[in-house]
Amino acid sequence: MDAIKFVHEQMQSERNFPEFFPGDNIVVNYKIIEGDKERIQAFRGDVIQIKGQGATRTFTVRKMSNGVGVERIFPFAAPTIVDIQVLKRGKVRRARLFYLRDLVGKKARIKEKKVMSGK
Amino acid sequence: MNGIIGKKLGMTSVYDSAGRNVACTVIEAGPCVVTQVKTDETDGYFAIQMGFGEAKAKNTPKPMLGHFEKAKTGPKREVVEFRDFNIVSKSLGDLVKVDEVFKEGDKVSAIGTSKGKGFQGVVKRHGFGGVGGATHGQHNRMRAPGSIGASSFPSKVFKGMRMAGRDGGDRVKIRNLQVVKIFPEQNLILVKGAIPGHNGSFVILEKK
Repeated sequence: MDAIKFVHEQMQSERNFPEFFPGDNIVVNYKIIEGDKERIQAFRGDVIQIKGQGATRTFTVRKMSNGVGVERIFPFAAPTIVDIQVLKRGKVRRARLFYLRDLVGKKARIKEKKVMSGK
Repeated sequence: MNGIIGKKLGMTSVYDSAGRNVACTVIEAGPCVVTQVKTDETDGYFAIQMGFGEAKAKNTPKPMLGHFEKAKTGPKREVVEFRDFNIVSKSLGDLVKVDEVFKEGDKVSAIGTSKGKGFQGVVKRHGFGGVGGATHGQHNRMRAPGSIGASSFPSKVFKGMRMAGRDGGDRVKIRNLQVVKIFPEQNLILVKGAIPGHNGSFVILEKK
């Protein structure tokens, strides 16, 4: 496994994304290529899972789009990701929030975590 | 055939220059020791025999120990002959490294022993479709092979009829795998796609 770790370190460029956890509400800005044009699209939603390690680590973002649940899995190492912003810290009690898939409307909300001020 | 002996370490994925995620296999390839050079004069053809992987002397046959002694090297686990090896000229006892044989972007073949599956039925072993459904009178024949031949003529089952049996554990060659990356100092090579065998098993990489 050490050799694979070595390959990861060699092939992966250093990315500085803000730290986020399952339950957080984030915006992922990523590049999409249409023909020969390139533009940046935003995907805003709740992080429902972070899995894997090293270069194959991924996170899953879920959002409601016109009443339909949409999930997108992003690899942390994806060069298409331009940046990530954390909008809200969520208060959740588990690491995988798949129960959200069965909930709609007000029940599918995540309580915001009250962050203590620095002082 | 130019090539090298290696050990499959595992799989991972990397991003290529176009930003695509490429699944690839990490192989520890070489350095191999040249254990014999066959020439037209002595053997009637030209080939290089290479050894790879440390072995214990007590597990190595005595004739082989003498053979390795000639190349001034210790006993090796795998010994493979590469016919018409012509990229670099090597003599007995020389080391062959990955970056001497391959370069990034090359198409190579990987030869290994596939994972053993044990005794398997025809659906897994030969890709039969099975009966199709559980209804229409079926109750225990869903993965059965069906008919294996006609009746009084020919009164036998033809040789080679595909049936259940031991599956996997065969020598398998996967062709046209692209070399994604080579790390010469670590003797590592990244090859696009999957190759046969377990992690830790020996593979032969070769190039036409």
